[in-house]
Amino acid sequence: MLCKRIIPCLDVDAGRTVKGVKFQGLRDVGDPVELALAYQEQGADELVFLDISATIEGRRTMLDVVENVARDLMIPFTVGGGVSSLDEVKQLLAHGADKVSVNTAAVKRPGLIDEIARDCGSQCCVLAVDAKRKATGGGWEVLINGGRLPTGLDALAWATEAAQRGAGEILLTSWDRDGTLEGFDLELTAVFTESLPVPVIASGGAGGPESFVRVFKEANADAALAASIFHDGTWTVRALKLELDKQDIEVRL
Amino acid sequence: MSLQLVDYGGGNIGSITRCLERLKAQYRLVGSGDDLTGGSPIVFPGVGSFGACLERLARSGLDTALREAVKSGTPLLAICVGLQVLMERSAESPGVPGLGLIPGEVVRFTQGKVPQIGWNRIEPRAGSGFEPGHVYFVNSYYAVPADESVVLYWSDYHVRFCAAIQTGNITAYQFHPEKSGEFGHKLLRRWLDAL
Repeated sequence: MLCKRIIPCLDVDAGRTVKGVKFQGLRDVGDPVELALAYQEQGADELVFLDISATIEGRRTMLDVVENVARDLMIPFTVGGGVSSLDEVKQLLAHGADKVSVNTAAVKRPGLIDEIARDCGSQCCVLAVDAKRKATGGGWEVLINGGRLPTGLDALAWATEAAQRGAGEILLTSWDRDGTLEGFDLELTAVFTESLPVPVIASGGAGGPESFVRVFKEANADAALAASIFHDGTWTVRALKLELDKQDIEVRL
Repeated sequence: MSLQLVDYGGGNIGSITRCLERLKAQYRLVGSGDDLTGGSPIVFPGVGSFGACLERLARSGLDTALREAVKSGTPLLAICVGLQVLMERSAESPGVPGLGLIPGEVVRFTQGKVPQIGWNRIEPRAGSGFEPGHVYFVNSYYAVPADESVVLYWSDYHVRFCAAIQTGNITAYQFHPEKSGEFGHKLLRRWLDAL
């Protein structure tokens, strides 16, 4: 049977992998290629690279990172962060990315998804959705601009539309849980996995193996993404997968 | 020995070229039937739909050239849609004949989320000398060979399905060996070493 996928996420700023440190901004944690290979060695099923560069030069460096990663990495990887046009998507894919994720730009112009699906194939197109519980209850709303701007859009309705337009997978981040280590948002994830015809990658809140067990068993996520618990070295992908296997979750060991 | 890598303009062959480079395999790109020789082994990656792939192959004369080269005994490695077009027909593109190098058809998954995306376990046919492992799939359709003895690897996605074929000079993978980590790398190494 198809395995659940464990996907470490790396933030890249001007060609270096970085980690957000409370009250201190960003800290350089190493060379993206080296880290990517280390995760591959640990058994990561895929990787996600998020370009968080603030400058144009920084963003240009990302293409070099993609090319260097693609040369040696033997597992699929997705690149995202500020991707706003079909041309950018094609460039990233040409440099070696297997998939590209779009977020804010797709909300602003949903036709971008159709373009990517038509030109590159749905399998290359991941829609990243940042979701936050609506204050007035009843569902979740979509945030854009790195979680800074609420849109009032219903997250499930938006993801459904995106899937219809050709998005091949949904990367669903719970803004309520992100960074809390309290576990993935199971209710949010379950609603998405039940309704959507495409795979859902859960993101936001992973604290330890129990988080993953629950998001796979109770919320039926197809894959789960995490950053902090892997970067901090608290858990290696290998150790996590051994735990999941013990709990009868189908993972690639 | 230089491989012939079929590039019929259907999509990005970058992941295959990078993979061949990692394996230190020499290759040259072949874009038309006229360029394809019966001499060196052929790598045939497939992207896109069954019908679109065959249309491009026909336009460049590669369909006839491939058929002839394979029938004359040239080793062939086909990947993804490349495997599917070897069959006789596919539900994805009704009315479009495949290359017909392997009797059988291609059908669509009817259960679970489609396409299948992710790592799945593959089991080798008994006595093949191949090992079980996990490989990366992105597919909505799968081949159903008329003669099951050509199947090298089986997998399961709500249904038992053909993951790889090996018969005579034809080796074909439904999954992406170049994206299947160390296991995929070793499968390709093995194919190259056997040439």
